[in-house]
Amino acid sequence: MTGAHISPPLLARYAAGGSGPADLWWAVEAHLETCGECRDRLGEAVTRHSPATAALVETVRVALADRLPQPATRPARHRRLARWAAPAMLPRLAATGLVVLAALGLDLADSTGRFPSLVLLLAPVVPLLPVAAAWSRGLDPAYELVIASPRAGLELVLRRTAAALLVVIPMLAGAGVLAGASPARWLLPCLAFTAGALALGELVGLYRAATALALGWAAVVVAPSLVRARVPVLLEPAVWPGWAAAVVVVGLVMVLRRRAYAGLASAR
Amino acid sequence: MVRAIGPDETIPTRYGYAVEAERLTVRAGRRLAVDGLELALGYGVHGLLGPNGAGKTTLIRALATVLRPAGGSLTLLGERVDGRLDLRAVRRRIGYLPQEFGYYRRFTVREFLEYLAWLKELPAQDVPGAVQRAIDRIGLSDRADHKLRTLSGGMRRRVGIAQAIVNDPELLLLDEPTAGLDPDQRLQFRALLRELAADTCVVVATHLVEDVAAACTDVLLLDEGQLVFQGTPADLADAGGEGEGDSPAERGYAELIRRHRAGRR
Repeated sequence: MTGAHISPPLLARYAAGGSGPADLWWAVEAHLETCGECRDRLGEAVTRHSPATAALVETVRVALADRLPQPATRPARHRRLARWAAPAMLPRLAATGLVVLAALGLDLADSTGRFPSLVLLLAPVVPLLPVAAAWSRGLDPAYELVIASPRAGLELVLRRTAAALLVVIPMLAGAGVLAGASPARWLLPCLAFTAGALALGELVGLYRAATALALGWAAVVVAPSLVRARVPVLLEPAVWPGWAAAVVVVGLVMVLRRRAYAGLASAR
Repeated sequence: MVRAIGPDETIPTRYGYAVEAERLTVRAGRRLAVDGLELALGYGVHGLLGPNGAGKTTLIRALATVLRPAGGSLTLLGERVDGRLDLRAVRRRIGYLPQEFGYYRRFTVREFLEYLAWLKELPAQDVPGAVQRAIDRIGLSDRADHKLRTLSGGMRRRVGIAQAIVNDPELLLLDEPTAGLDPDQRLQFRALLRELAADTCVVVATHLVEDVAAACTDVLLLDEGQLVFQGTPADLADAGGEGEGDSPAERGYAELIRRHRAGRR
């Protein structure tokens, strides 16, 4: 019986308990033992041609169901989320939402329109808040377990960063629409700062790198722009090639140094 | 086309010891917490004893590849790990319970272990089985779906041990595993250690001399970052003589530390 399967009429006769030469049924059963496809078809044939057998099987199943060991429960869907957003990042993401709301509130309260939008000024460094928590001993209780695991490395850092950006960027976009800060101005700086923190983080620790970049941006760009009440040159749409180049260069550095991320902990 | 097989793929994977260290130095901050350590550990349970600040935790963290050695060589399961950046393969074969074991309060025991199994890159189809087995081995079957924040300290410690063995490690590193366990659980834990000892290199850092005397096949005594003594628990007890301490093992411990410190001055 190379490649042959039981023909439907024969299977129907077998399912209905029909009569025939005994060696024919032996052959059928021998084939059924090795062929999952025919067993599936037999199941259908039994329900179609022999309701009595089907009912019997069902009774047995119901009677046994309570006594059989329950299969282990599958992880809840929200726990699978932990593979992307580290559990320690969730409070940080909430805090980030508050920062964006506060900036938006100040923007809307500024009726004179004299000052540049705070949402725009802060947008490039806002993602650093949750990204810093992606890899931090102080914020992640299971940090020591994570850094000793084989998955620790660039891939895990990037997963967590992607999760943070997926939440933060729509938040910023929403606030930007209300405050008149177009993503064309802040999206590339946003990515450049995030990538910069990851690249610098490999040398000095992600938390330290993110803090340094955010403070630097606040001191060099945000404060002077507020004092002079002017949108900084760095956030004009015209400078986007510069930011794009920064993203590419920093991305390349990360790819070249990717192996070092497994030792992110000892690099601090 | 037939793929060429490089010489690095045909190297036999046999190795004499699960852990081999030569003149190993490891820094904890600026201090040299492990200073010129010579070590060779095979299968079995190795008790790592020493006073506070002797370098036990630092050594365990270096063996877990969390700290990079500052000098010397360290070979784990036949792979050199000092100065190496790609630790993925060797980390899959290590289980590690840190001294300060953090956990996520809202996770249930099972969810937490599944997350750790994912971090340890177990194949997805093996995860439910491996997690259930770890839970059963550590005696938490009836609490498997309870949230971690509702468990007692001793139970959380056992969850920590469960996550360390969930990937069936060949090298198991436990830092103060019996802290917070009651006497009965401690007995169960020792039984588990003896069971694991057959095909695993277990390193248990502890300050409880009695744990070592009861469950370990081998004792390592560490002081000021150096190996003071390596031998069986019986050897440790013999070293004691008439010094202070409540049990022969404790007397041996105190005597060896005293002798080592006297020798350094």
